[in-house]
Amino acid sequence: MKRIFLGTAGLAALTVSLAMPAFADKASDTLRVAFTKELENVDSYFNSSREGVVLQRAVWDGLIYRDPETNEYVGNLATSWEWIDDTTLEFKLREGVTFHNGEAFTADDVVFTVNYVADEQNGVKTQRNVNWMKSAEKIDDYTVRITLKDKFPAAIEFLSGPVSMYPDEYYAEAGPSGMGLKPVGTGPYKVVEVVPGQHFVLEANENYHDSPKGQPSIKNVDIRTIPDVNTQMAELFSGSLDLIWQVPSDQAEKLATMDQFTVSNESTMRVGYLQMDSAGRSGADNPFTKKEVREAVNYAINRQELVDALLKGKSQVVNTPCFPSQFGCVQDVTAYEYNPEKAKELLAEAGYPDGFSTEFYAYRDRQYAEAIVSYLNAVGIKTDFKMLQYSALRELNMDGKVPLSFQTWGSYSINDASAMVSQFFKHGSLDSTRDDEVLEWLNVADSSTDPDERIEYYTKAIEKITGEAFWAPMFSYNTNYVFTQEVVYTPTPDEVLRFVDVTWK
Amino acid sequence: MLPFILKRLGLALLVALTVSFISFSLLFLSGDPAAALAGETASGEDIEAIRRLYGFDRPMLVQYGEWLFAALRGDFGESYYFKLPVQSLIADRLQVTMTLGVCGILFALLTAVPLGVIAAIRPNSIIDRVALFLSVAGQAMPSFWFGLILIVVFAIQLGWLPPSGAATWRHFIMPTIVLGYYAMPAIMRLTRAGMLDVLNSDYIRTARAKGASEGRVMFKHALRNAIIPVVSLAAVQMGFMLGGSIVVESVFALHGAGFLAWESIARNDLPTVQALILVFSMFYIVFTFLADVLNAWLDPRMRSS
Repeated sequence: MKRIFLGTAGLAALTVSLAMPAFADKASDTLRVAFTKELENVDSYFNSSREGVVLQRAVWDGLIYRDPETNEYVGNLATSWEWIDDTTLEFKLREGVTFHNGEAFTADDVVFTVNYVADEQNGVKTQRNVNWMKSAEKIDDYTVRITLKDKFPAAIEFLSGPVSMYPDEYYAEAGPSGMGLKPVGTGPYKVVEVVPGQHFVLEANENYHDSPKGQPSIKNVDIRTIPDVNTQMAELFSGSLDLIWQVPSDQAEKLATMDQFTVSNESTMRVGYLQMDSAGRSGADNPFTKKEVREAVNYAINRQELVDALLKGKSQVVNTPCFPSQFGCVQDVTAYEYNPEKAKELLAEAGYPDGFSTEFYAYRDRQYAEAIVSYLNAVGIKTDFKMLQYSALRELNMDGKVPLSFQTWGSYSINDASAMVSQFFKHGSLDSTRDDEVLEWLNVADSSTDPDERIEYYTKAIEKITGEAFWAPMFSYNTNYVFTQEVVYTPTPDEVLRFVDVTWK
Repeated sequence: MLPFILKRLGLALLVALTVSFISFSLLFLSGDPAAALAGETASGEDIEAIRRLYGFDRPMLVQYGEWLFAALRGDFGESYYFKLPVQSLIADRLQVTMTLGVCGILFALLTAVPLGVIAAIRPNSIIDRVALFLSVAGQAMPSFWFGLILIVVFAIQLGWLPPSGAATWRHFIMPTIVLGYYAMPAIMRLTRAGMLDVLNSDYIRTARAKGASEGRVMFKHALRNAIIPVVSLAAVQMGFMLGGSIVVESVFALHGAGFLAWESIARNDLPTVQALILVFSMFYIVFTFLADVLNAWLDPRMRSS
């Protein structure tokens, strides 16, 4: 019912506003943007939200930069790097870079940042991003070595993403709370105002170094938190916002028909999948311990139809337990076409000629989960559908009480298969497969520094996962960006909104 | 009177404590706070680390006791989510919610009471019918829908008011109307029913027979008695508005305490939720207490009961 009302109101908003021109705040050189979610803390090590990543890329820099189009790694705060051995990386740092507060960037800052975030006691929120680092040491003012705990070939990818460099003197004094209220980085934008959860104002860093990120074109960025997407659209119509993103596909379609807005759709790394309890953690005799049942689930769902009807945009059917662009996410694997008859046959073969009943859990995108449920019902898999908060589902999952669930994973925009497949198939608490061979192969793939060897072992693991139908991978997600005609922006597939790339027409 | 007030205050405090304890227990049952805090990208090891860091591995009673003693000293801890002291976070948000709540209840009272009185004086008149229509519409319309319609008309089409935010007094006009309109129907119906009852009673007939002016009959004799249940209702509505203005705050991006409570529950931000529950329950208790005092002033018979 709420959807109907929202749809009606949204449509009404669109209809009456057709005649209203939208004015970008080009005159004051201020780009006005809306975030849906309240950001917990601007300090990038103490938040895990997408909005946090967006601010992180604007305010701070990493040692390395990955070109979002070519996926090529180039130096950012480092000018070059080399592997000294399997667990030691040496960086030559860029000279003449200053932080927003005037502090010079040197090896001391890298040493402090790495040693601070690698220490578990300091409570960095997303430990995966940093816990592969052991320590850092200064060789000279502009040379630094980072020591890894173990072999970790994805180090370069992480150093080009979530690992930002902080000013040592300022951070030692301010800590995460201070950094959250008055962030200081070397990035293209400096933060001039923070009202926690409500409002952020950024200003172009006039002294920004010669970074591969490019120089900011728009002087000011004003970001407000507006939780309701209909209100965001109203602000866009009334001319008080210039850019909104994460707009649902049905709303984006309506906005796309209007001349005063540009709707830009781009894929994201988030993959939706069905997790099945093949390890028998939720009951040794549960149907998903049988390969035929898992295959039947894979055959039962028309994933292309889901993509076309619900997700739209640049979403695509995914056959792998990882996002296709990720390194090691090979695509030549067993794929299951939509074939409900075959699904029924396989269920009969498994000893369920009349189907069976199972609990089915989901935590987001209820409409997608419900569509999946209807496909499963059609072949005889009756579901007791339970929609939970993410934390509650996660807890049940860790306790091995979830036979079947619809889940998603965004890989934290890390373009490496280890960020997804290794997260769920290495006998961790969320692994409902627990296949020893897959574990062994992933261990090799995750720790080898030879790219060919990595691909070889990821291929083995992914082939087995898809061949045994341990999961039913579904589709990738997409994001709609909507902006006024005065704004020019080309989104990238890693779902990072880069203010430095936004320009006025 | 004083022993009565003290007794009531003591009872109120006990209620607040009970509410906080029950909510504390329920929050722990609603999901693993460590998993919620760790976020979607965290691994099992991350969650364990957070569990140890925040002391979730200790018995719940110990955690409650520590929180309570700190709260009594005015320290509500640090928000897990915002990493800011809870008391300053809530103080900021309460300003918005209080402004909205007070404006909303004033709007509701200033429209509902006169309408209810006129509707009772002239039953089945045009005004009575309009009042009835407004009351039914107010109860039937979801707040978020009404809010969006106002935004469409007054912000987008006419361009008179800002669509969202809380920067100026103009930002509060539409949220006040939406929130006030939600509380209005019940107050209006109660005023109308109370007035109808009172107007048909013997003492009103007596007052009229003694030659009292119509204005004196209405305001001195009738309204004063009819308003008593309205005062109690308004107190409850006011408490509701402070805690329950979630939808209005969300639609108009007001970032008040109601929305903060809703979001904090979803994020398992325990210190914030605990403090907010205590604050909201205290508000309810204070408003109910004030309503009782006001009613006792309006009706001296209540003072002795």
